[in-house]
Amino acid sequence: MVIKLNLNALRETSAHEYLIRFVLGGAITVIAGLLGSRYGPEIGGLFLAFPAIFPASATLLEKHEREKKREAGIAFTIRGRLAAALDARGAVMGALAGTLFALLVWKMLPKFPLWETLPLALVLWLVVATLFWYVRKHHPWSRPSQSGGKRRRERRSSHRRKTCGAHKSGRKAL
Amino acid sequence: MLQMALRFLIGGAAVSLFALLADLLRPKGFAGLFGAAPSVALATLTLAVISDGPGYAATEARSMVAGEIALVVYAAACVYLLAIRHMKAAQSTLLALSIWGGAASALYLWVLK
Repeated sequence: MVIKLNLNALRETSAHEYLIRFVLGGAITVIAGLLGSRYGPEIGGLFLAFPAIFPASATLLEKHEREKKREAGIAFTIRGRLAAALDARGAVMGALAGTLFALLVWKMLPKFPLWETLPLALVLWLVVATLFWYVRKHHPWSRPSQSGGKRRRERRSSHRRKTCGAHKSGRKAL
Repeated sequence: MLQMALRFLIGGAAVSLFALLADLLRPKGFAGLFGAAPSVALATLTLAVISDGPGYAATEARSMVAGEIALVVYAAACVYLLAIRHMKAAQSTLLALSIWGGAASALYLWVLK
């Protein structure tokens, strides 16, 4: 699978959504700095990996997917939640690579200048995270077994029956 | 106050840049990697080296290792709540913040302190 840039996605995100991300990002950077100066770098450092932006991003992603399905005439769907879950699965791999980023910065910063350490750690993060994603995507280990896939399909269809049932009974009540 | 404002602007810009990349990149599974990008760390560590020196920033990075492990646990909990329990994204991601807090505190008390 090829990694692509989808410029149309820029139109899907509104200005206030960009603003929310900017404010949350700025706020957590200030909070991490304040905690560092009040309680020391040991506590402040923990918050360098605080998931400040993820709840907002996942909620927006769910909303966008739900709206797409609503426009297509599907009122009840778990597609948005599954898209957010896919995003979270990517975040697991991003955070695993982030552990290596932090390890490298911890070991390199006392000996090497900042302008060498941070770009190198960022490249390492990107390469390792991409590698995790690639292995997860393409390796036969990561493909679900037939029985597992069947169980998952059954669970999904049962959930769909339940939500459709709720939808129909809701319409009758109206 | 000026330093706080600078921190806010740099942090906000770094996080927005990575969030924008996550929006633009496809497939979505790959874009998800940017949900855990070290954007806050890039801004904070740069400012920490400038204002407090590399030793201080290295100590922050050491604690960040624990924070990242807690972030792995957090994201895995989000996958469970969203894909298996089918909870709403806002509920799942906010509920899982307590898991991040618990994991980060446990790692701090057992490993870092």
